[in-house]
Amino acid sequence: MALRLATRRLAPLTLRRGMATTIESGKDSIPAASPITTPNRSPVSESKTSTIEDPQAGTDAKIKKFQVYRWNPDEPTSKPKMQTYTLDLNKTGPMMLDALIRIKNEVDPTLTFRRSCREGICGSCAMNIDGINTLACLCRIPTDTSKESRIYPLPHTYVVKDLVPDLTHFYKQYKSIKPYLQRDTPPPDGRENRQSKADRAKLDGLYECILCACCSTSCPSYWWNSEEYLGPAVLLQSYRWIADSRDEKTEQRKDALNNSMALYRCHTILNCSRTCPKGLNPALAIAEIKKSMAFT
Amino acid sequence: MPRLSGLQKDVLALYRLCLRAARRKPTENRPNFEAFARREFDKNIDMDRKDFSSIEFLLRKGRRQLEIYEAPNITNISSQATSSTVHRLNQLFIAASME
Repeated sequence: MALRLATRRLAPLTLRRGMATTIESGKDSIPAASPITTPNRSPVSESKTSTIEDPQAGTDAKIKKFQVYRWNPDEPTSKPKMQTYTLDLNKTGPMMLDALIRIKNEVDPTLTFRRSCREGICGSCAMNIDGINTLACLCRIPTDTSKESRIYPLPHTYVVKDLVPDLTHFYKQYKSIKPYLQRDTPPPDGRENRQSKADRAKLDGLYECILCACCSTSCPSYWWNSEEYLGPAVLLQSYRWIADSRDEKTEQRKDALNNSMALYRCHTILNCSRTCPKGLNPALAIAEIKKSMAFT
Repeated sequence: MPRLSGLQKDVLALYRLCLRAARRKPTENRPNFEAFARREFDKNIDMDRKDFSSIEFLLRKGRRQLEIYEAPNITNISSQATSSTVHRLNQLFIAASME
C-alpha cells in the first residue's frame, strides 16, 4: 500500500516530516486536544500563528509571504508550527536563501537553518521549498506575490531544529560504501594513478554530486526503507567508485550491493533525477549498477 | 511491578545502557557519570506519559548523547548540576511543597 501511495505522488513532492504526519495546508480546525490524546505532530497551520512583517517595507513594496516550518527542540512538548513572515522583495536578494538570511538578520534571529557557500557547491541549505527538495541558494523566489512560499525541512528526516534535518544516518550510509580509492598495486610510474581521457569522462555527471540529500529524501522507497536501502545519493556515489578505472575493488563494491535491500529497493520512481538541484541523474547511475550486476 | 509499555521499556533500556557505559569509565569518576545520566533523565521527569512523539524525540536525543559521552577519551564529567538544572529542580521542589 505504501508503495502504491508513493508512485502516485510522483507529481509535487509530498510535504512530510515524521513517519506518518501529513501537513494539510488548508486545515484550519485542529481537533480540540483532550488531555490524554497524543499531540499530533503536524505543524500548527499558519492561520493559527502570528505574521511577522517586514520592518522596512518601502512605499511601493512588493510584499511576499513566506511560511516557514518552525520547531524548537528545547521545548520538546511543543508542536511544530508554520510561522508567516512578510518581506519586501525589492529589498531582498533574488534567491530563497537571501530571503531566509534577511529574515534571520532583520526580523527573527531565532530562525535556524544551515547555509555556507550560497552558490550551490556545499549542499548545506537543502530544504523543501514549495513542495520541491532543492538548495535554497539555487532557488529563485517566485515573483508572484499573490502566492505565499512554503519552506519545510527535507521530508522524512528527523528535525534537529526549524529547517535543520538530522543527516547522521545518511552520512553513515555514505561511509558504508567506502567512498575512497581502494588499490593494492602501486602506480606503475611510482607517482600518480593515471587514467585515460575516456575513463575520466565516465565520471562526469557523478563527481559533481555534493551530497545535499535532496534526492534521497525525495525517494518514497527511501522514506519507507531508509534503514536498509541506501538511497539515490549514496548509490550514485557508489557507482562513482565502481565506474572509476583506478579502483581495484570493483567486485567487492558490487558484492556489497548484491542483496534485496541496498540497491534493489530502487523502483525507478525517478523522483531523484527530477529533484536534483545540480541536474544530475542518480536514477541513471543506479540503472548502470543494476546493468553491470546483471551482465557479469 | 506493573506491565511496562514498549516506550517505557525503551526509556529504561536507555538508562541501563547509560549505567553500563558509566561502568567502562575510570572507577573514581563513575559516580559522576551515573549522576549525570540521572540528571539528564530527571530533566524530563514531568513529561506527559502519553506524549509519545516528544518521548521518542528525547530518546533519540539521549541515544545521541550516550554515543558521544561513551567515547573512551571522555574520562570525567562535572559532578555538579549546572545552574539551570539546579534552578529548575528548585522550582520543582517549590511547586511540590506548595501542593
